[in-house]
This record gives sequence, structure tokens and C-alpha cells, in this order.
Amino acid sequence: MKWLRLPLVLIGFVLLWEAIAALGNLPPYILPGPLRVVLAIGAHWERLVGHASVTMLEMALGLLLGTAFGAACALTLAYFRPARLWLLPVLVASQAVPVFALAPILVLWFGYGIASKVAMAALIIFFPVATAFFDGLRRTEAGWLDLAHTMGARRWRVLWHVRAPAALPALASGLRVAAAVAPIGAVVGEWVGSSAGLGYFMLQANGRMQIDLMFAALLVLAIIGLALYFALDAGLRRALPWVADSAPVKQGD
Amino acid sequence: MTLINHKPPQRGLAPPDIDIAQARLSYAGRDLFADFSLHIAAGQWTCLLGPSGVGKSTLLRLIAGLETPAPPGRVAASDGQPLQGRIAYMAQQDLLLPWLSALGNVSLGARLRGEAVDDALAHRLLDQVGLGRRTADRPATLSGGMRQRVALARTLAEDRPIVLMDEPFSALDAVTRLRLQDLAVETLRGRTIVLVTHDPLEAIRLGQKVLVMAGRPARLIEAALPDSAIPRRADDQAVLDAEARLFRTLLASDAEGLDAP
Repeated sequence: MKWLRLPLVLIGFVLLWEAIAALGNLPPYILPGPLRVVLAIGAHWERLVGHASVTMLEMALGLLLGTAFGAACALTLAYFRPARLWLLPVLVASQAVPVFALAPILVLWFGYGIASKVAMAALIIFFPVATAFFDGLRRTEAGWLDLAHTMGARRWRVLWHVRAPAALPALASGLRVAAAVAPIGAVVGEWVGSSAGLGYFMLQANGRMQIDLMFAALLVLAIIGLALYFALDAGLRRALPWVADSAPVKQGD
Repeated sequence: MTLINHKPPQRGLAPPDIDIAQARLSYAGRDLFADFSLHIAAGQWTCLLGPSGVGKSTLLRLIAGLETPAPPGRVAASDGQPLQGRIAYMAQQDLLLPWLSALGNVSLGARLRGEAVDDALAHRLLDQVGLGRRTADRPATLSGGMRQRVALARTLAEDRPIVLMDEPFSALDAVTRLRLQDLAVETLRGRTIVLVTHDPLEAIRLGQKVLVMAGRPARLIEAALPDSAIPRRADDQAVLDAEARLFRTLLASDAEGLDAP
């Protein structure tokens, strides 16, 4: 029953979409029906795949970079007290700057290619990853730290062998948020200035009143976003089988 | 249960006596200890009982170096060497890391000190506590008793002359508790043990010295013990009599209340 739920939701959504488009008597240049959109995807398949692969590459690199910097930042904050005192306020204050407003500057600095979009995605991903992981690092079970202390452990080894693994479930929730916002970063970057990618494709289609193509790109983007989220979620569950809520423990006995 | 060997503790040589002198420690504005002194004899089981909040766990943490007494109080070993690095600690929660296998948990100390991990030793110790077939299992798949056995194996892997135990068996059912008590006495022979417990029977079974902590600031009352070797039999009349006497001491000390002036 559980695996049926997603298909059922999707079918319901498509039916509702078709109903609104048909019954609302909306012209196709305002809301094309699902069939038109699917046909548009079929007709422009190769171009869509080309642009989608650019956007996917931007998202993947952004995810990689943002996660690496976010995790490194969290570890630094957890290990160095001065970093906590000086860097944490800066980090929090930096979130007062809307990342979208930075997009034109990033394009100016990194150009029209994928570098500016990767930077944009990485920036947007960085914060949820850093805060979630840092939060996890601060909440290590006190008993484990006492035990490590009596075992004569050095601080960085405690961080590496106890605090960091204990914070991995928190990092995983940060990563799930990151997967959800990664497409935003890539597409916003493409809107501001680019020559490829689904965001660019949508702008082009919009300019030519090819609304069915716009929806086609949107649909492809949504599918990519969902696939990314579920792939990451499945990967995290596999990687952290000891986390209670992600895997029922009593399977074996 | 058969034992592999009974080599005496190696790290830091022979177990020392522990002296706590003039210790003073406040918690939330009240003195848990004031001019508190205690001598813990080497190579023996010393059991501490008393009402919750009297400072038993704090006393253990003081010896473990997890709390510092206010000057001029001090915690020292009789041989003049620092206690740091000669203590292993077992808590009520098993404190097993859920992402490591039983084997990984037993060798945690070596990993935390950056020493070579001796898997053969960890295997042997898990075998010794009766978990030779569960070495690859994660803590979540083990029962409470098994988890505490892994914690005991981890304590043995540390091979320290002093072992501090904070109610390590209190979450277990009665039979599992008796088995683990016997196992602990067997495997920890020759070490200086300080055991905090809520269970009078446990104290009488295991203690070579049983102290009741009472009042605030805390003072100590020594309980009388049967003249037999540990682990004493739980169904021995002398043990049961001693348990009854200990119960009366606990009730009397509890009637004083913690907040009596």
C-alpha cells in the first residue's frame, strides 16, 4: 500500500490539472493541460535533456561544495572556541543578506557559465548543512564525553570518533533540506544570466510564448528535484543504518 | 562460565589505595561535601549506597577527575602517581556508541588514544563475557544485559587498576543482574573497585566494604558485612541478614532527610 501512495497522489494531481485546464476554459498559453505538456516534452526531448543535464551538474556540484564547506565550517565551530565566538555571529548575520539578491553579483564575478550557478547553489546549501551539523555536534551525549575523558582521549579524536559520528543524523537532516533547495539555487542563477540550463530554457520559452514548453521544463525540474531528494534520502538511510527512525531495529530477531 | 586467564592489571602496575581528603563540592548553592574524607583500599570492592541526590555519583566523578574539588580538597593515589589514566568508568547507561559493533565498542579506548586496535584482544574479552558470537552486532540489536556485558568487556579492554562503576546493573532484571555481578567479580579481580548502587543486596553480595552516604553535607556510615568471600550467595542467610541490617541503616539515614541542617 505504501508504495502506491506516491503514484496515486501523482495521478490525482494530473487529473486535477486536466480538470482545471479543461473546465476552467483556460487558453493553452495560460495553463496548458498535462497532455500538451507531455507532448511538448516528447517533441523537444533532446533539448530538454541537454539543458537538464547542465542544471543537474550545477546542482550536484553545488551540493558537493556547499556540503563540504558547511560540514567543515561546523567542525571548525565545534572544535575552536574562538571560531565559535567570532565566526558564529558573522554566519548568522550573513543570512540577513537574501541569497537571491547576490545572484547578479555572482554572475558578474563568475561569469555566464556554470561556475556562478554552482556558487549560488553552494551558498544556499551551505547554511542548512552548517547549522544542522553544528547543532548535532553540540548535542553529544554527556556520558560519551565523560567516558572518552576517562579513556584519555585527545579532543580532536573525541571530535572524530564520537562527536562527529553522533552528529551524522543531524547532518543528514541538513542534507535533506539542502537537496530540496539545491534546484532553487541553480535555477535562480540561470535566470539572472546564462546560456544553458532549465532556467534559461524556461526564460527562452517564455519570451516566445511557448507556455507548454515552460511547463515541460518545470515538470522536468520537479522530477529532478524529487529524484534527487529520494536518492539522497535512500543513500542516507543506507549510510546510517544505526539511526533508530530511519531503520527498524528489530528486523533480525 | 570459564575464564581465559587472570592476569593482574598492567596499565599503571598494582592498584593503589585512593585517598580523598578535605573534599568540598557545592551543587546549586548547597554543599554536597564539606571536609569530606574517604580512604578506599586497594584491590577491593567498595560499595557506596545512599538516597538519590546525596552525591554518590558526584563522588565517583570526583575520583574519575570529571569534577574538581575546591581547594584544599584533593583526590590522590597512595603511591603518589596521578590517578589520571589509571581509571576505567562504567555507568548505568552502557554508553555504547550505536554506530559501532560490539567489537568496535570494546576497542573504543584504543581508537580514542590513537593506539593500534587489538581486535584479537577485543574478541577474547567479548568471549570472556559470553558474547563471542555477537561481536559484529550493533548495540541496538543486543538486550540490556548483553549491552552491559559489552560495556564490561570495554572496561576490561581498558585494563586499568581502578574501576569506577555507577549503578551499572540497575537497569537489568534480577537474574541477569546476579549473573553480571558474578561475572564482574571474576573478571575484575585484583582491581580497586568503587561501586555506586541503590540495591542493598548488590552491595552486600559484592562489597568488601559497604558505606552508606547520608545527609548534606554527606557523611559516611560503614555497614557490617558477612565474613565470606565475594561474590556472596544471594540466598545465604548471613547475606540476607546483612541486607536487612543495611536496609535499616538506609531507612534511618533517609529519615534524617537531605535538607536537615
